[in-house]
Amino acid sequence: MKFKKILRTAWEGLMLNKVRSFLTTLGVIIGVASVIVMLSVSAGTEAAIAEQINALGANLIIVAPMRGVPGAGRTMMIDDAYAIRDQVVGIEGISAEQGPAAQTVKGNGVTLETISVIGTTASFPSIRDYAVASGAYFDESEDERKAKVAVLGAGIAKDLFGETSPLGQTITVGSVKLTVIGVMESKGMVSDVDYDGRVYLPINLVFQKFMTEMPIGGDRVRTIYVKASNHEAIPSILTQITALMIDRHDVSPSQPDFTVQTQQDIIATQEATTAAFRDLLAWVAGVSLLVGGIGIMNIMLVSVTERTREIGLRQALGARQSDVLLQFLLEAIILSLVGGLVGVASGVGGSYLFGMFGKMQTAIVPGSIPLAFGAAAVVGIFFGYYPATQAAKLDPIEALRRE
Amino acid sequence: MNNHLIEIQGLTKIYGMDEATVHALAGVNMSVDKNEFVAIMGHSGSGKSTLMNILGCLDHPTSGTYIFDGRDVSQLSKNDLADVRNQKLGFIFQSFNLLPRLSALANVMLPMLYNMDEDVSNEESKGRAIAALEAVGLGDRLHHHPNQLSGGQQQRVAIARALVNNPPLILADEPTGNLDSKSSVEIMDILHKLHQNGATIIMVTHEPDIAEHAERVICVKDGVILSDGRNGNNPCLNKRSL
Repeated sequence: MKFKKILRTAWEGLMLNKVRSFLTTLGVIIGVASVIVMLSVSAGTEAAIAEQINALGANLIIVAPMRGVPGAGRTMMIDDAYAIRDQVVGIEGISAEQGPAAQTVKGNGVTLETISVIGTTASFPSIRDYAVASGAYFDESEDERKAKVAVLGAGIAKDLFGETSPLGQTITVGSVKLTVIGVMESKGMVSDVDYDGRVYLPINLVFQKFMTEMPIGGDRVRTIYVKASNHEAIPSILTQITALMIDRHDVSPSQPDFTVQTQQDIIATQEATTAAFRDLLAWVAGVSLLVGGIGIMNIMLVSVTERTREIGLRQALGARQSDVLLQFLLEAIILSLVGGLVGVASGVGGSYLFGMFGKMQTAIVPGSIPLAFGAAAVVGIFFGYYPATQAAKLDPIEALRRE
Repeated sequence: MNNHLIEIQGLTKIYGMDEATVHALAGVNMSVDKNEFVAIMGHSGSGKSTLMNILGCLDHPTSGTYIFDGRDVSQLSKNDLADVRNQKLGFIFQSFNLLPRLSALANVMLPMLYNMDEDVSNEESKGRAIAALEAVGLGDRLHHHPNQLSGGQQQRVAIARALVNNPPLILADEPTGNLDSKSSVEIMDILHKLHQNGATIIMVTHEPDIAEHAERVICVKDGVILSDGRNGNNPCLNKRSL
């Protein structure tokens, strides 16, 4: 009951000086709002990255030569891919890829310079969840007999043939004439790779026509994508692939010349990068919340000084030290809680606006709301306590004498 | 023992430490009965303000006993003193000490905010405050703010505030010090009326003609009581030059 009365007194005290109270809460509002917005921006970025990586195909395991190990690029062969396909249990299939140097592509009277050419196995569309939009992908036998066929990325098809169908048309890649048998659906950019701007060829054709001049020569592959039949099978598959590759390459398990990664590993790697960024943003936002708290303390100290006589009078009328402490502490807490509430509202609203009109994807982190609001409350108690004790410690005789 | 409202024995108050000590009160003995109207007089520096602060439970004496309303309050804790001030004392100050942002009514309601004994509802405290304001003739000024009231009216609001918790003792510190003579008369009339209705009033003043309103005048000098009572030889009443 007494608490309620003192709470009302604190509220009335703040209402007597609305502009000042509002300006004081502004620091907390900005702090809380920026914590929420910053976290939602970085969560949105993470979600976008994970989405992109998952778009490469579900339950993928990626086998690649170990970067930085001399000679590793020479040891991973197409036969490794076939061995994995034939010997590892629990997989749906594999797709091996190799990319030679960029080529000049001509067709329909159009010449495109430096186009990525990727040799793949026939399983590429199903393993990579990347469907053919029109025509068909080459099949295994076409790959094996090095058929002179090509499948175009959606962007290349459009650049070369415009609105007319490229199917059955002849294009020249480098110096090789090829028949277009399919066009991929549009996939866009994923992890900085423009899937639509590439030409897909049978990998054995690539080995024969485009890799022979390379110093490493022949049937080396850049990446082997392995699709697990289900998510639970992934750990076992990782073990099998590692053992198989160690055996085939005859390397020490402690110094493998290859890497086996899951999409989750890649997402985790990417998240580690964004986590540092997110933490930085959160700290900056946290600091602004702290500054808001210092603003509250500053104004409360001014208020205690200005209202010394009032405090003295209240003490003379029978206010205990704890009553005065509570009144000023509640003023600070109300300021920070109201600031917290308004800050949460503007943070949530700001995140939506950012997502709607900004270039960044945002996702409000549910935990950030209690976090930011709780931090505001703690700030209020922490920074309100000192001015409140200053008020409570005043000697009524001195305080009443003050002008 | 006796039924004095106030019983003070050997009260001293020493400020400072070591050589720089000041004996503001150097052994005061006095008693005040219920329904007395007492004026305390003295020069500045005489110790009357210190005495008033101790009587008002705003300060502790260095030694001696102060029995107020049957209880030794000389060494009570700060919280207990706050409760005594709330329930047993009504203060009237020279400078009124109203909160400028609050209405007359809200100012008078303040003491009930800190009432620990009874849980006064908002409605009830409003009713009591209105009654107190009506008693000092301000029933039509409930919602005025202090700056909309004359000095005399402000002091009447302060008197209403002093009365609202029904304290056994009213302490008035130079109640007319900031008022013109007409308002002073008004305020003294109200104090008289309260006294007639049974209130006990202790008033500090340095104005002899105000002190003459009291039944009894205590003259303080150099931290001791120089004279007590009401006669022509009272040094404070005679020395009109100060």
